[in-house]
Amino acid sequence: MSTDTDHGPGITGGTAQSDLAANRRARRALFGCAAVTVLTTLAIFFVLLDNAASYFFGARLTQMLLGASTEQAITFTEFFTGTRWAPDHATPAHGVLPIVYGTLVITVGAAFVSIPIGTATAIYLSEYASPGVRAKLKPTLEVLAGIPTIVYGYFAIAFINPVLLGPIADSLFGINIGRYSMLSGMLVVGIMTIPMVSSISEDAMSAVPDDLRNGAYALGATKFDVSTKIVLPASISGVFASYILAVSRAIGETMAVTLAAGFNANITANPFDEIMTMTAYMVSMARGTSAVGTIEYQSLFAVGLFLFVMTLTMNLLNDWFKRRFQEEYR
Amino acid sequence: MSTDTETDDEDLFTEIDLGWEHLKNRLFLWIIFAASMFGVVMLALLLFDVATDFYVGMTEFNISMSDFLTRDGSRREELSGFRGAIIASIMLMVLTAILSFFVGVGSAIYLEEYAPDNRVTRLIEANLANLAGVPSIVYGLLALAAFVNGIGMGPILLAGAIALALLVMPIIIVSTQEALRAVPDGVRNGSYATGATKWQTIRKVVLPAAMPGIMTGTILALARAIGETAPLIMVGALFTNRMPFGPLDRFSAMPTQIYNWANEPSQHFIHLAATGIVVLLAFMFAMNGIAIYLRNRYETEV
Repeated sequence: MSTDTDHGPGITGGTAQSDLAANRRARRALFGCAAVTVLTTLAIFFVLLDNAASYFFGARLTQMLLGASTEQAITFTEFFTGTRWAPDHATPAHGVLPIVYGTLVITVGAAFVSIPIGTATAIYLSEYASPGVRAKLKPTLEVLAGIPTIVYGYFAIAFINPVLLGPIADSLFGINIGRYSMLSGMLVVGIMTIPMVSSISEDAMSAVPDDLRNGAYALGATKFDVSTKIVLPASISGVFASYILAVSRAIGETMAVTLAAGFNANITANPFDEIMTMTAYMVSMARGTSAVGTIEYQSLFAVGLFLFVMTLTMNLLNDWFKRRFQEEYR
Repeated sequence: MSTDTETDDEDLFTEIDLGWEHLKNRLFLWIIFAASMFGVVMLALLLFDVATDFYVGMTEFNISMSDFLTRDGSRREELSGFRGAIIASIMLMVLTAILSFFVGVGSAIYLEEYAPDNRVTRLIEANLANLAGVPSIVYGLLALAAFVNGIGMGPILLAGAIALALLVMPIIIVSTQEALRAVPDGVRNGSYATGATKWQTIRKVVLPAAMPGIMTGTILALARAIGETAPLIMVGALFTNRMPFGPLDRFSAMPTQIYNWANEPSQHFIHLAATGIVVLLAFMFAMNGIAIYLRNRYETEV
């Protein structure tokens, strides 16, 4: 952040003047660069709203602002409460609930994997691991975060579903597991979000000052007590922020769930069934060749807008958490 | 803990069951250790699975690496290769780097060196944090509506590069900000003392000092972009198997080609996908290696 005064008053003469002019030009150009990031957000909002308007009202936002006559083709009641999602069928249905269910169930399932395991890993790394173990374990886990999501999708379809889950479903429940399953989607998204939870939580735990730990030890606390009753509560803002980040990532996750959980939009409690998330729907639409302006094409943006609003809410929540519960240690 | 004064010494000690405390501590250590190993085991399983599928593909399905690297994609599994996808990914990386580097570094310089502490600056910073959390598929939607169909570009490589550039821009900005912050103020003040303007100081003194850090961050951002699939699928990078000859050609990049293969029911295609993943991961690890090398090589110089 700039703290300096203006460099230059008092300097006169040809090159000094042009140097200052160059300085002003550079400042303006660099501000333009920074403005691109704000423009990107505005563009995302506009594009999604513009096309979603067309989905609901049969006219683009721009046309509506110019006074085009509109009639609501798809009611919000149908969209938000309908239980069949098939905008591309001969008898179309526009209830978004099945794919919202798919997204939420994958997110919750993934959270059940990544939150306990990630938190435990963070405690181990921050409180128990020797410096040598830590120096090896942390980068290894960060490799998990760097692997492309398509590879996780492949892992689900080639290993988790047929090799890990297939025999269990067959021998215990007598279910012949298909190519896709909800459970493999939950597992694979959970695995890929572990490093997000463990790495950020570990940073928060390491930031807890040793005085707090030593105070507890002086009272006779065990290491277990210190980890769970001192360090965890003291770092809770950072730990929760990591949970929200992991959940937000799971909501927007695309390739792993598309390959793992499949393309069948239904509301089911059977973890071995195929389901469809919002992102998987978008991918399946893009794989088809629906013409621009058709209801299938516009539905992409309605779902995209919904997804964007969900992750935006999560990001704002994350931000609020960090500011609201931040413990300041000096 | 009892504070009751009537309790005699014997009670005070028996109240805390040290054996249970001891067991609880050991159990806890074992649980969190096992949890930490879960991630490592999954990583090992993933790499092992890809490696075995790759090996089986080579031995049982006769996927030869030289054919794989020199043929383009094909509907016929035994003729399908990865050349077009590799070339497309390399072109994507170059274009993405060009499109995102200057704007990203420029934004970071503005935010770190020029920006006054006011509402506009805070808005830009908050927006940057938010952009980093936008799902990548949404960037694909933006490119689809604005460029592919909006201005009639069609599903060409340039449209994919724009989507990827917008996606990695926040990462480049944040890593550049960190690199600029690492340049000590003494260096800046030394330059001002010679009568240099702010822009001359940034261009000739601060930027060269921060450049290794900026390059490291950019390469890491590109290593992430090379594995991104969803935005490219939204842009339409699925409908061709041919090699692109320029940025205005249709394309199918490495990750989208892998997605296509992984989606086929035939086992042969699954092994092609595994072979593709090995090539993709090799690219990613190489880029990460370069970034780490750059960081170690120049770390001590500032």
